[in-house]
Amino acid sequence: MSYHQKTITKISADLQAGKVSSVELTQSFLDRIEKFKELNAFITVDPDFALDQAKAADANIKKGKSSALTGCPVAHKDIFCTDGLLTTCGSKILSNFVAPYDATVIKKFKTAGSVTLGKTNMDEFAMGSSNETSYYGVVKNPWDQDKVPGGSSGGSAAAVAARLAPAATGTDTGGSIRQPAALTGITGIKPSYGRVSRYGMIAFASSLDQGGIMTQTADDAALLLREMAGFDERDSTSVDQAVPDYVATLNDNLKGLKIGLPEEYFGEGLDNEVASVVEAALAEYKKLGAETVPISLPNSNLAVPCYYVLAPAEASSNLSRFDGVRYGLRAKEYTNLDDMYEKTRAEGFGAEVKRRIMIGAYALSAGYYDAYYLKAQQLRRMIADDFTEAFKKCDVIMGPVTPTTAFKIGDKTDDPVAMYLNDIYTIPVNLAGLPGMSIPAGFDKVGMPVGLHVIGQYFNEAKLLNVAHQYQQVTDWHQQIPPGFE
Amino acid sequence: MEWETVIGLEVHAQLQTKSKIFSSASTAYGAEPNTQACNVDLALPGVLPVMNVEAARMAVKFGLAIGAKVNKRSVFARKNYFYPDLPKGYQISQFELPIVGLGELTVNVDGQEKVIGITRAHLEEDAGKSLHEDFQGMTGVDLNRAGTPLLEIVSEPDMRSSKEAVAYLKKLHKLVRYLEICDGNMQEGSFRCDANVSVRPKGQKEFGTRAELKNINSFRFVEKAIEIEIERQIDVIESGGKVVQETRLYDSVNDTTRSMRSKEEANDYRYFPDPDLPPLVLDDETIEAVRKTLPELPDIKRERFIKEYGLTAYDAGVLTSSRELADYYESVCSFLKDGAKLAANWVSGELSAYLNKETKDITESPINAEQLASLLARIQDQTISGKIAKDVFEAVWAGEGSVDDIIDKKGLKQITDTGAIEKIIDEVLANNNTQVEQYKNGQEKVFGFFVGQVMKASKGKANPGQVNELLKKKLALV
Repeated sequence: MSYHQKTITKISADLQAGKVSSVELTQSFLDRIEKFKELNAFITVDPDFALDQAKAADANIKKGKSSALTGCPVAHKDIFCTDGLLTTCGSKILSNFVAPYDATVIKKFKTAGSVTLGKTNMDEFAMGSSNETSYYGVVKNPWDQDKVPGGSSGGSAAAVAARLAPAATGTDTGGSIRQPAALTGITGIKPSYGRVSRYGMIAFASSLDQGGIMTQTADDAALLLREMAGFDERDSTSVDQAVPDYVATLNDNLKGLKIGLPEEYFGEGLDNEVASVVEAALAEYKKLGAETVPISLPNSNLAVPCYYVLAPAEASSNLSRFDGVRYGLRAKEYTNLDDMYEKTRAEGFGAEVKRRIMIGAYALSAGYYDAYYLKAQQLRRMIADDFTEAFKKCDVIMGPVTPTTAFKIGDKTDDPVAMYLNDIYTIPVNLAGLPGMSIPAGFDKVGMPVGLHVIGQYFNEAKLLNVAHQYQQVTDWHQQIPPGFE
Repeated sequence: MEWETVIGLEVHAQLQTKSKIFSSASTAYGAEPNTQACNVDLALPGVLPVMNVEAARMAVKFGLAIGAKVNKRSVFARKNYFYPDLPKGYQISQFELPIVGLGELTVNVDGQEKVIGITRAHLEEDAGKSLHEDFQGMTGVDLNRAGTPLLEIVSEPDMRSSKEAVAYLKKLHKLVRYLEICDGNMQEGSFRCDANVSVRPKGQKEFGTRAELKNINSFRFVEKAIEIEIERQIDVIESGGKVVQETRLYDSVNDTTRSMRSKEEANDYRYFPDPDLPPLVLDDETIEAVRKTLPELPDIKRERFIKEYGLTAYDAGVLTSSRELADYYESVCSFLKDGAKLAANWVSGELSAYLNKETKDITESPINAEQLASLLARIQDQTISGKIAKDVFEAVWAGEGSVDDIIDKKGLKQITDTGAIEKIIDEVLANNNTQVEQYKNGQEKVFGFFVGQVMKASKGKANPGQVNELLKKKLALV
């Protein structure tokens, strides 16, 4: 079995046992990235940078100064600032930006001795559900290269699915980890808001953004999330709560687990094939001793409009710093200050980013604030309350991650609303700040992956990982590799 | 027509925390450009603000000092606008829920007390500085100041003259310095003021249209700018025009105000709560802990000086104009017995004059409280006269030695020996027959002449009281 087919958990054991060196491993993944570069999963790959880290890791393993992640290669979404590497956020406006510092997440991986394989492609400023808004071009779905991998963490998803990296970081503002994980057949977890530090993670919508991890398996996700999570004094929204050992509870028994099934997640708009894969997965859980209970999330139909007021409002302000004054792109010719701002931002941002800045600025402007922003905040509270109510009846909530499997590249680029509706099941989870996960659960008739959505209670990522891991002990969907990438 | 002026002031006081309000960079003034701007101040992609609790404590201190409601929950909001010295493209401020609510300040104008309402005081971050000179038609940006904590103190439109505005501003200035939350340095911009000015026919209830005056960063400019603006507005109205709501810049060189931007050109700041910062929540314990750090406030100190030291209201006011001056005065008194009034005269008289002349602060006085007290003690025990004391003061100021050394060295000890003084008087009377004759003929004003001559002959050292007494006796005999 080649190393690219192995999980981080296995790679880690082999590294520790001296069966393979980090340099060998890193080189083999760099070779695959090069070989399959037509997927366009990466924006930046710096082999010397990666191999230097691998060498240092090997030295530490030899000295016995290592931890579980020492020497393990991981790819990072290009939204995390990395000291010494380009950090573009998928945008032309940051196409020349090398951060002078590491994001907290990157720092944690570095401290653990992990190797940065490269920076993965993404929708521009994480605004997109198909990876088609990236300045660096669309990413292809390894299962069918005419199709999108989902977004915005599409590069990370494609990289893990095609086994170009054993794991990759992602971020999820409205579904950007779970949706691409579902569309590419990998495991992805978005932790509770406040669980993973946002410091150094370029902001899209600050009250919704949350970093997470995309892997082959739930046990890898547990191992890596344990490393990423935790309070950060540099992020005032991170929560000062001890991080449990997610690995330790992976094998807890699921007998008596109450799975809530929201009626709103199984209604109109859900593709039949996706629905039957989800139902089959639920049957599997029943075999494991779980029971299902009907629940309701009555305001979930308001989640998409609510989200498309709040997220653009925050984004319109968050993206003001890209003004051509201090870093990033500045238009070459301009006549005065306003002209410089206008030209820089006109050239630097893509259409979707501009659309959201416009929507956001409108929603916040005098005379509209109450009707849009304030109203959306009230809806957000109601949507969160729905979950609180639902969790009185169940331990986890399950359903589909997306209404359909991956769609064709270009299919929805002219219809933003159709694109936005792709996140109909994932967005409510961000609005509530809950942890959510996508687990590979099968395929549709044309062989495209389907994800099972698991939503947990606040800061109970351990339960999600346990639930996912138990499923993966009795199924092999997560072990499927796209044809041609074996 | 008779016009009434309505003035409200917005004061920005830089809080003297060591580090910035949302980052750990230093707030020290005067460093090389952009050397005190960290990743957060530069608004690099991905950085986040973290509240400096010290700034909140200082705001609470101010709130308690003006008897205001301190809000246990206040919210930071983003004020969005583009400018090169505003790195994030928004300023973090407080909008709907400020940390300090309604309070008040009592000012005294021409002997009349007046209460000025303070609407609110909120925390926010300062911007950087745009430098338009020395860059050949381009603009330089210095972000050292970006992120310095500010307390914006907004008054009610309660002031009715430029005099009242200045009195309020001075009172506020004194208060923030007493509280040690702001160094009050107006030249360096640590204490800045904008004035909202309008006029209305006397007796009318509704306010007139206001203009906001900016760039008035000295007490003198505040008074002048408001005066000029009042005149301008009255002129506009009396010549049939209308005052437009706008922001006007005061030009101290030409002593005019000119329009900067009208209401129509004003930004829509698109305020919304900053999602990067949770609401600022204060518990009773924190507020009470801050209350314990409150110093004796200026008005209370002044009252105590009047009672405890028997000073006039005026003297007490002068001596409590700053906490340091009051401390100095009290220290001088502590070394003296029954010398409170004498000390008051010297501290607010001679000492202040010398300090003013050399533009020194009381904390930089070359004569410390103990030295001044020892000088005053020599006046009290009649070793020297008040007049000679001034010479000794000058010598001590110049660093020539201690009070007693100088009196000794220069032989300035007062002559109190009756015989010695009588001897001098005899000589003076013998040498000035003409004046003696005049005196005998009823011209009593020549008495002063004799006193002067005797003092002169004694090189100022004769005890003036004794000289008077003995002269009278002697002249009665001639």
